[in-house]
Amino acid sequence: MLEIRIHGRGGQGNVVAAYLLAAAAIDGGRYAQAFPSFGAERRGAPVAAFVRIDAQPIRRRCQVREPAFLIVQDPALMAVPGTLSGLQPQGTILVDGAVASTNDSGDNEVITMPATQLAMEHIGRPVPNTALLAAFITLTQLMPLSALLDALAERFKGPVLENNQRLVEAAAATVEAGRWQEVAHGAGA
Amino acid sequence: MNEQPLHSLEALRARQPRFRGLESGHRACQGCGEALAARLTTEAAGPDVMIANATGCLEVFTTPWPQSAWRLPWIHSVFGNVAALAAGMEAAQKQQGRSTKVLAFAGDGGTFDIGFQALSGMMERGHDVLFVCYDNEAYMNTGVQRSGSTPHAAMTTTSPPGKARMGKRHMKKDILSIIAAHHIPYAATASVAYPSDLRKKVRRAMATEGPSFLQIHSPCPLGWGHDGARTIEVARLAVQTGLFPVIEMERGELIGTLPIRTAKPVSEYLKLQNRFRHLFGADHRARDELEHLQALANRNIDRYDLRGVGPEKYDTEGADTVHRGGDRWA
Amino acid sequence: MALALEGSLALARTIALCRPQVVAAYPITPQTHIVEGIAKLVADGQLNCEMVSVESEHSAASVALGAAVAGSRAYTASASQGILLMAEVLFDIAGLRVPLVMTCANRALSGPLNIWNDQQDSMAVRDAGWIQLYCATNQEAIDTTVQAFRIAERCELPVMVCVDGFTLTHTLEPLELPSADEVDGFLPAYVFRHGLNPSDPRSLGTLVAPEHFSEVRHAHHQALLRSMTEIEQADADWAAVVGRHCGGLLEVRGDPDARLGILTLGSVLGTLEDAMDMNPDLPRARFIKLRSFRPFPTEALREACAGLDVLIVLERAISPGGGGIVGPEVQMALANLENPPRVHNFAAGLGGRDLSLDLYERLVTTVTQAASSQPFSIIDVDTTLLPEADR
Repeated sequence: MLEIRIHGRGGQGNVVAAYLLAAAAIDGGRYAQAFPSFGAERRGAPVAAFVRIDAQPIRRRCQVREPAFLIVQDPALMAVPGTLSGLQPQGTILVDGAVASTNDSGDNEVITMPATQLAMEHIGRPVPNTALLAAFITLTQLMPLSALLDALAERFKGPVLENNQRLVEAAAATVEAGRWQEVAHGAGA
Repeated sequence: MNEQPLHSLEALRARQPRFRGLESGHRACQGCGEALAARLTTEAAGPDVMIANATGCLEVFTTPWPQSAWRLPWIHSVFGNVAALAAGMEAAQKQQGRSTKVLAFAGDGGTFDIGFQALSGMMERGHDVLFVCYDNEAYMNTGVQRSGSTPHAAMTTTSPPGKARMGKRHMKKDILSIIAAHHIPYAATASVAYPSDLRKKVRRAMATEGPSFLQIHSPCPLGWGHDGARTIEVARLAVQTGLFPVIEMERGELIGTLPIRTAKPVSEYLKLQNRFRHLFGADHRARDELEHLQALANRNIDRYDLRGVGPEKYDTEGADTVHRGGDRWA
Repeated sequence: MALALEGSLALARTIALCRPQVVAAYPITPQTHIVEGIAKLVADGQLNCEMVSVESEHSAASVALGAAVAGSRAYTASASQGILLMAEVLFDIAGLRVPLVMTCANRALSGPLNIWNDQQDSMAVRDAGWIQLYCATNQEAIDTTVQAFRIAERCELPVMVCVDGFTLTHTLEPLELPSADEVDGFLPAYVFRHGLNPSDPRSLGTLVAPEHFSEVRHAHHQALLRSMTEIEQADADWAAVVGRHCGGLLEVRGDPDARLGILTLGSVLGTLEDAMDMNPDLPRARFIKLRSFRPFPTEALREACAGLDVLIVLERAISPGGGGIVGPEVQMALANLENPPRVHNFAAGLGGRDLSLDLYERLVTTVTQAASSQPFSIIDVDTTLLPEADR
């Protein structure tokens, strides 16, 4: 079972990100579960959401304490206590940030990509979730990108959908496909 | 059966039977104004109705299981929800494509106080419900406690006069302004002393699409402290002093009044009732309260344009409401 | 085919399939997405019903009652404070034997304020005379909701479908929705025998004197007890249609031969099942998933507990000054067994505290180390957070 935690701020589509990722996995025939950690969700407050993906039905409903991956929607959250807690030893972190880079945080690889910037370019709103998901899926090869596009099509229509689709393509191109595929396999994908 | 001359009252009545939605044999007190009001209301409303009735005297004295005095479909739920209950009944009628009119019956407690929120919500949502408030100006069924409708200076068990108090400190809640602010198609006040006017208003409300509101002044001999035989007389005086204005509104605008030719002084009304007895002693505060009540009556007369005008007989002595203001004739 | 759906939205679509004619809606976290979902279906012309956006929960229950007695299938949903605010109407609905279905998105009660999941709200109205069915998964919530309308209308008793707030309502997962044909075949058109009808006028909710009141209460109690048959039947009949069952009154899972039992209501079960499978060194448990809390299935429970040495009752609410709520009822039901299990009663996850995978170990270790029944406790409390005097 693969467990992922997504950190963000209220208003950044943190829960929607989790739902989209789970929906994409379900679209691909797997079992998945996504839910928010239910902090006071005012705009700007740190929030987190959880995703589980498995080939078997998922029974547990507790919060994800030892994620294999972290997706962080705001680089400032890296410094907030708790964001990194429980990350598995081989786990990796995908962070939104202005300058694309690949670094390490201890033993964990951190990839930064300009998700918010891309979002502003393509959909005109500083909501980084679609871009981050596209990058994440590209890095882990968890499912084809088309599964994410299908999940988006369930939620959005018309120009909003088209812009998101372009955003997905652009974001996927900023990271190395499959770089985290082994990590994902190792973690139970 | 005796042969009656065709023009006799008995014969006429026999040939024009009135619909009895509320049967006799219920357990109301002698001279109960509310029982009379409910009979008049259901008579005018006819058989194609369903009634939601809030907790209070009316439901208690009409339905001692296994008996019921209602010849109409009727439900009592709890104290504060009658407007919402009626709203649900109306929604069901709409969905089923039926046109049975929904009536909500409540006392002043179930209208002014505990039922207030639900009433406001029902009106705001525009449900096709006729809400009838049987206003006897206190929580009578539980032993005469004050409500938001209790008039200023009235004695109740929770607003007794004494060394430190002269009855209820606060004014009767201006329910009409509140109803007016909801801009419902039709709202009116009525009195059991003017049955013909009351029936006409019920028929008008029945024909209204959307929320309508009727506040019927219903003296309570026990709670007000007067002889049951004088209920009508007391009710008439309330109108003739101006303390209970009989008016009609459309969407919050005044369009009809029952005029007063010569307003009677409030003391004529108040002195008949034990609940105002403390206003007739030597206490100087009593004088103040009487003046206050007179001022309230005067204000009503001005505000609702209650004075009869002109030589037209019906516009100077109340028997029926007459046109006042507004664009449309009621 | 399974769809990726958030629990609340799946419930909204399920309600729509049941063809309510009147839906009363008042928002409260975490039920809000259900009524929003229904509103959207109405707005898009996919559901033909009167959506009454009331001004409080007290009115929501009242609108539903009014609609039901006037001949329309009705529905509402609430949680927490809303359940308490409508409480007098809930008692009235059940006492008048009116068939209604509502969803309770289980949430803690104030004060202090907490918007997260526990079962204090539905437990607070356990004596209202409603049937209460608890759902362990979102799929069960969907299936139980459909069954609830049939149970309510056949038994002339209102049904409260309890669904853990946030934990279930806000979780997205693959869910199977029944088809319109399947639901239409299962739920006949709404009929209420004692409905308000000008051509056959009746009085409902009359004043009942001491001479007759006990009989009314007796009849109500008996009706609830009899409804157990219908609860089981509805589950079996629905399972025949869709191939999924919810366990009837209760379901035994885990290791049927274990002599340690754990009884739960709602969604904590899944986490416990995973934890047991992940820890083969820990004692095995027989899980008893209690689905029907009202009526309380005494006979079925006694059968399910046969052979147990120890039974842990893990609940999501407490009765301050008393202890557990479900625990004492379970204990009472098992009291006259020949060898009743030792019952340990714990509450956990109050106010949405995360019920983690190590809860299982904590539970089984606590009871195996105990020589006799322990007094009730909130097993996941951290008293070090409290001043000495409050421990």
